[in-house]
Amino acid sequence: MLQGKAHKFGDSISTDHIIPGRYAHLRSNLPELARHVLEDADVNFVNKVKEGDFVVGGNNFGLGSSREHAPLVIKMAGVSAILAKSVARIFFRNAINLGLPVLICDTDKINDGDELEIDLATGTIKDITNGCELTFGKIPDVMLAILDEGGLIPYIQKHGDIKI
Amino acid sequence: MGKTLAEKILSEKSGGDAKAGDIVIAKVDLAFVQDTTGPLTVRQFQTSGMSLANPERTVLFIDHAAPSPNANLSNDHILLRDFSRQSGCILSEAGDGVCHQIVSEAYARPGDVVVGADSHTVTAGGLGAFATGMGSSDVAVAFGLGRNWFRVPETFKINVSGELQDGVSAKDLILHLIGKIGADGATYKSLEFHGEAIKNISMSGRFTITNMAVEAGAKVGLFPSDDKTKTYLENEGRGDDYRPLAADKDAVYEKTIEINASELEPTVSRPHTVDNTALAKELKGTKIQQVVIGTCTNGRLEDLELAAGILKDKKSAGNVRLIIAPASRRVLLDAISAGYIAEFVEAGAIILPPGCGPCLGLHQGALGDGEACLSTANRNFEGRMGNPKSFIYLASPATAAASALTGEITDPREVI
Repeated sequence: MLQGKAHKFGDSISTDHIIPGRYAHLRSNLPELARHVLEDADVNFVNKVKEGDFVVGGNNFGLGSSREHAPLVIKMAGVSAILAKSVARIFFRNAINLGLPVLICDTDKINDGDELEIDLATGTIKDITNGCELTFGKIPDVMLAILDEGGLIPYIQKHGDIKI
Repeated sequence: MGKTLAEKILSEKSGGDAKAGDIVIAKVDLAFVQDTTGPLTVRQFQTSGMSLANPERTVLFIDHAAPSPNANLSNDHILLRDFSRQSGCILSEAGDGVCHQIVSEAYARPGDVVVGADSHTVTAGGLGAFATGMGSSDVAVAFGLGRNWFRVPETFKINVSGELQDGVSAKDLILHLIGKIGADGATYKSLEFHGEAIKNISMSGRFTITNMAVEAGAKVGLFPSDDKTKTYLENEGRGDDYRPLAADKDAVYEKTIEINASELEPTVSRPHTVDNTALAKELKGTKIQQVVIGTCTNGRLEDLELAAGILKDKKSAGNVRLIIAPASRRVLLDAISAGYIAEFVEAGAIILPPGCGPCLGLHQGALGDGEACLSTANRNFEGRMGNPKSFIYLASPATAAASALTGEITDPREVI
């Protein structure tokens, strides 16, 4: 069971909003890079976010670059899952590969600051603040297996190959 | 039942019958990274304990920060050079050019599966390769296993009739399509290009179109491999890499989108999303402080030829910085031979070394507060060119060159 506060963002949050290209020189210094997480969408996010919280987006979350640093800095900020109405393909795969769940659901029902409780096993999201209950789309089995191992590299370390 | 290009390639590379929606494990023919995603790939790869499956089909490109603007990025470059030396994989050095251009010139073959740690890996779809962007971990796995898992995408058939008119190019076509279907209009899908107009589009134009497939969310953009592909590969000294490739006549498409190329006009994406399109003539009078012609979208010889044709014997407007970024060393050499580079310099341009240049906001043309840039690149996201308080418009080389002359967004048909 995951618990935390929702940090709400709008539609089309790009990987440039999440971690701008101008910080590319910090990509080998992850703690420093992570201080700029989502800076161009909400400059105060890094100060507000707490361990276990959720990033809640709208449509097409994570569009743009293939930079795995985007989900990586969100994970480093302590975020336990990303919720969005829809998500860009590469970002989705990258997040799962880092062991960070991405849940597709109707995020219009969630307000900024709401307390959420998420059960990954049953696929339910409970908004404690407004009493609303949501379900999220099924994650493909191949990705669930990667998520279960904490990401793609731990999965490969354990299994030595990819199985579908 | 017939197969789309994506189904055909993934069937062959997975050794099975791949249909849209299936998840397959497919052989990867080429895996590459660039200098902002490569260091993480190398670290993930080393953590995994694997060794390279195909060093001669594994390439590290130094193109995003080339030459390096600071010590941190220089150290990332050292990491890539060391890994190349130790593992035996190929290194493409600073100054050689943008990964996608060199992959097209030298590596990708029709029918290949290509993965790159860069979203614009889709570019190589222009010559019939199933080429798609992935993150560092996924590319590290392709480095080590020589294969990865793929969901076989559903396909949109983009049927382009008619003929592009003077002053209108492949860039206008793809901007029009993205404006029509939206920045998430093709998420997870394959865009497959068909029709009379497509047969006549040059390889350079095909790469411009597939380069931007990802800007509609697509996993891959695919052209058939035909006579134009054959001639292109022969000119690159790779005639043996050619094989004809087309979708089956009875392939099943999720939807068909019709575009009449004859009706298209010079098109511009306005800040801050690629699908926020308008016609160049509707934006007349919009002041710009910088023009960029180049990048993996429009930095090929044909693009520079078009721009030089407009700028020759003229001067760029005094209040505009005109930046030219050829896509590769080869393009730069050819543009020097053809006289375009001298014409650009005489018109007031700054010539950058082959590479990504100012496109991603690292160096070489970052924008100031409130400034606007008209660029031939592929993204205009907030902050993309180094400053969230700036504005990026995207257009064709012809629109960019015409606008450089006037200092405001200009329909190129006014000057040609």
